[in-house]
Amino acid sequence: MPEMTKQRPKHLALNEIRLPLAGFASILHRISGAGLFLLLPLLIWLLQLSLGSTQASAETFAAITGNWLVKLVLLGLMWAFLHHFCMGIRILLIDIHVGVEKQQAHSSAMAVMVVSLALTAVFGLKLLGAY
Amino acid sequence: MQRLVVGAGYGLKDWLAQRITGVVMAVFTLIMFAAALGGAMSSREAWQAFMANGLIRFLSFLFIVSLCYHAWVGVRDIWMDYLNSAALRLFLHVMTLLALVGYAGWAIQIIWRL
Repeated sequence: MPEMTKQRPKHLALNEIRLPLAGFASILHRISGAGLFLLLPLLIWLLQLSLGSTQASAETFAAITGNWLVKLVLLGLMWAFLHHFCMGIRILLIDIHVGVEKQQAHSSAMAVMVVSLALTAVFGLKLLGAY
Repeated sequence: MQRLVVGAGYGLKDWLAQRITGVVMAVFTLIMFAAALGGAMSSREAWQAFMANGLIRFLSFLFIVSLCYHAWVGVRDIWMDYLNSAALRLFLHVMTLLALVGYAGWAIQIIWRL
């Protein structure tokens, strides 16, 4: 009787668990939200500089956003926002019982991953000045 | 069957608030995207004129308030999920709250003086 010899309590080895795609997209929702929160001061500061009336604020804005490291960080934040946005819509749909079935939930998680990465590429190329 | 309700009772309210603030921000995002396509971000002058518009300022205000409330619920959930120490949790809850209230004031001040 193998059932009798099961070890209890069960401790989950987080490093060995392979999350299903929906679980992976879900933890990325949390990570992207945390990242957006942590870098919120940077975004507000850029908003302030973009709306400043002085020549100095215009120059500072140009200098900061022209920096490659900043561009990279902004690219990451862009993905974080887009993933959070798409995943948020998925969560709202599931709240109203749209796409609750296992296969649909898997497909919508895939759609969130693909769409957010594709949009990051589209807006990212704009950010990097490709067009 | 009568169900025993446990906990502090703020779960449902925050769950709902998280959805409402999310919808507000999503709608605002779409408006900003449409504005960008319409050229509102084509130059510094166009951007500043766009953001100074009364309706946009009103919507930006709602966005900022929604963002800070949304971030409060989300970040608080992260602390509640992963931290066992009540003292550390309390400390980080307070820090998060103070940061977000400050950010809200800062951001609103930026859009409101235009």
